[in-house]
Amino acid sequence: MHIDLRTVTIKPLRHTYDHVARRIGGDKPASRYQEGTFDLQATANFHYRPTWDPAHEIFDTSRTAITMADWYAFKDPRQFYYGAYTLARAKQQDTAEANFDFVENRGLAQALPVELKDAVLRLLVPLRHVAWGSNMNNASVCAYGYGTAFTQPCIYQAMDQLGIAQYLTRVGLLLGDLDTLDEGKRAWMEDDAWQGLRRYVEDCFVLQDPFELFVAQNVALDGLLYPLVYETIVDDVLSSRGGTAVAMLTQFMTDWYGETKKWVDATMKTAAAESADNKALLETWTSHWRDRAAAALLPVARLALADNADSVMSDVVQQFNSRQAKAGVAI
Amino acid sequence: MDMQATKKKLGLKERYQVMTRGLDWEPSYQKKEDIYPYVAYEGIKIHDWDKWEDPFRLTMDAYWKYQAEKERKLYAIIDAYAQNNGHLNVTDARYLNTVKLFLTGVSPLEYMAHRGFAHAGRQFPGAGPRVACLMQSLDEIRHAQTQIHALSNYNKHYNGLHDFRHMHDRVWYLSVPKSFFDDAVTAGPFEFMVAIGFSFEYVLTNLLFVPFVSGAAYNGDMSTMTFGFSAQSDEARHMTLGLEVIKFILEQDPDNLPIVQRWIDKWTWRGYRVLTLVAMMMDYMLPKRTMSWKEAWEVYFEENGGALFKDLARYGITMPKCAETIALEKDHLSHQAWGTFYNYGAAAAFHTWVPEKEELDWLASKYPDSFDKHYRPRLEYWREQAAKGNRFYNKTLPMLCQTCQIPMLFTEPGDPTKICYREVDYKDNKYHFCSDHCKEIFEHEPEKYIQSWLPVHQIYQGNCFPEGTDPTAEGFDPLAAVLQYYHLEFGRDNLDFEGSEDQKNFDAWRGMATKNA
Ligand SMILES: [Fe+2]
Ligand SMILES: [Fe+2]
Repeated sequence: MHIDLRTVTIKPLRHTYDHVARRIGGDKPASRYQEGTFDLQATANFHYRPTWDPAHEIFDTSRTAITMADWYAFKDPRQFYYGAYTLARAKQQDTAEANFDFVENRGLAQALPVELKDAVLRLLVPLRHVAWGSNMNNASVCAYGYGTAFTQPCIYQAMDQLGIAQYLTRVGLLLGDLDTLDEGKRAWMEDDAWQGLRRYVEDCFVLQDPFELFVAQNVALDGLLYPLVYETIVDDVLSSRGGTAVAMLTQFMTDWYGETKKWVDATMKTAAAESADNKALLETWTSHWRDRAAAALLPVARLALADNADSVMSDVVQQFNSRQAKAGVAI
Repeated sequence: MDMQATKKKLGLKERYQVMTRGLDWEPSYQKKEDIYPYVAYEGIKIHDWDKWEDPFRLTMDAYWKYQAEKERKLYAIIDAYAQNNGHLNVTDARYLNTVKLFLTGVSPLEYMAHRGFAHAGRQFPGAGPRVACLMQSLDEIRHAQTQIHALSNYNKHYNGLHDFRHMHDRVWYLSVPKSFFDDAVTAGPFEFMVAIGFSFEYVLTNLLFVPFVSGAAYNGDMSTMTFGFSAQSDEARHMTLGLEVIKFILEQDPDNLPIVQRWIDKWTWRGYRVLTLVAMMMDYMLPKRTMSWKEAWEVYFEENGGALFKDLARYGITMPKCAETIALEKDHLSHQAWGTFYNYGAAAAFHTWVPEKEELDWLASKYPDSFDKHYRPRLEYWREQAAKGNRFYNKTLPMLCQTCQIPMLFTEPGDPTKICYREVDYKDNKYHFCSDHCKEIFEHEPEKYIQSWLPVHQIYQGNCFPEGTDPTAEGFDPLAAVLQYYHLEFGRDNLDFEGSEDQKNFDAWRGMATKNA
């Protein structure tokens, strides 16, 4: 016998899980982001302390100096749970693939003026190591941060940065070859222009406070690097010199930054609005890491912009400051 | 164009290497020991991280593309299943208790795996294993979320699922899976990988996920079946990672062998003790059974696992000693576990019952050496008593094993009439164990296991009552207070299946589909 169950109208006992209902003001339908985020991380009755960090519980609010009455005050404006995240990235990946195909199939890479191509490779190829550093740093924030609302986007950010490192590798291979990657790494390891940035990234590797690491990496470094390199140098300066093809190859990074910074800003805004102490701390961290990042990026900017670098950099810093001010962090 | 033609074409392996480990560098501004501070203290010696063989080669662009396709299909099925009241298609409402056990006991572990692999994926100095671990971290949050989403519709219609996260950190039997995973993530990164990546994902996964997923398929639960199948290709990657970890560690230095062997012994046993819950699910909770626990153990551990350990013999690894004890328990495990839950059915967030006559016959046929002799008479007695209105609920608290945290319900290996007790004196305290293996695990790391948050001890210490409870007040009902602390609704989430709200609602709703009101 075939039973048509669709004809049955049932009054459900409840509309979502209780822990979700407690957070959304009662029992009502909840989104997949909410059900996939709220209270997922354990908060109570841990059985053992980590043998690798006996001073803390497995998940412990005291790993950071930022204090929150509720770590689920953080909201990802993109509402990314895994499904929404992968669908969004798959779509961007499609575009990136089409762009790479377009550049490759029409021989646009070969058509680039030699000096321009060299400038692009000199600038972009070492950046694959910076993205890789961000992958590690966001893995750190995800592992040692507190509460799924704060840590979940960090695993997405970590893997995005790995993806970016891989796109940059493909740019290197498309415009150059294996030796180009080696040369980029040599510059990263040895050339003066890159040492400030490498030092910055390595110093981040040993930061212990996950929220400070979030500020150093996602707020300060990316907040200057992406507007400088992708929005300004690639999209404006190089494009005007006949490098539109390059902008196609880095469209993923431009779009990605436009999207992820909304989450970064929302996170800063929530933490800063929580208390005067948080706000003061975020201001100290942000200005400290901004200054270091700006200094580290200046010689990199000079690789592409020569004398113009200082004024472009100071514009980028100005924009950064006003962006932070909007998030409630006055620097 | 000519330049393009002369360009060296990269092989797959080489290409994947420049996409991953080629991104890494030798730091010089910070010391390696400070960047990877947790890699040395376990005593594992690694001489050359470059010898790591990438177990799979998936760049992020391909990952996104492939996974998004799976998500699209999965959520389409979940949505359709919910819209069409697919839950009314399950064999009978007793089946739903399997789903409750899964969501409260297993899904929170998926989340723990996500965080644990983020930690491991940050801490290994080798770039190859870091990338593989981080990809697993990303997969594991997928598993947690797809399970929560897929089971959300059951929560809307049935009891016992409504506060699964809260329960996982508190309810007595859920401390078994919780402490298992807490144990793994608090170990060093290498032990974590052997515990979860190898022992759990590789050796025992067919005894955890496969029974739930095939149980779902047999019992008409499309939701669980779909997320289970959708996770299969992720699991395949995780298994190759688990195996590569073991081989890599063992190939690096002969001194690693005894450490790894001890971890394999420990984690096979720890994992097996958690599988007690799966054993009783397979034999008692599935209305339509797939295979018995004993058969599953024989196929997936004794045969497949046996072949695996034969394969690892060239590294000097031997079959864990506990396999002998497990073989002696396989005729008894599920029956003893279900008997315990039937006893403590007032304090469980799922329903218990005595199986029907044909089900007892099925159990007798699968367990000819033990069931009719030891367990059937007891179950029949309980049924008689229940029929007379004497459904019995044990309201005293059992002694728990300090290591696995299961009540002392297991019998002596080889003597099913005698409860197995072991004890150890340590720093003026006496600690109790269910078995020689749990005792040995404790003795090797007593400072770790004396920390165990044992639900029964915690209740006696007054730590499991709602805030503001006064246990000295007149008429204080400790069980009621504990259930409130658990957020377990008395009379809805617990007690016998017979007469439960789930049973009544399911019958009424199915009735609406099959009859004219
Ligand atoms: Fe998983
Ligand atoms: Fe035990």
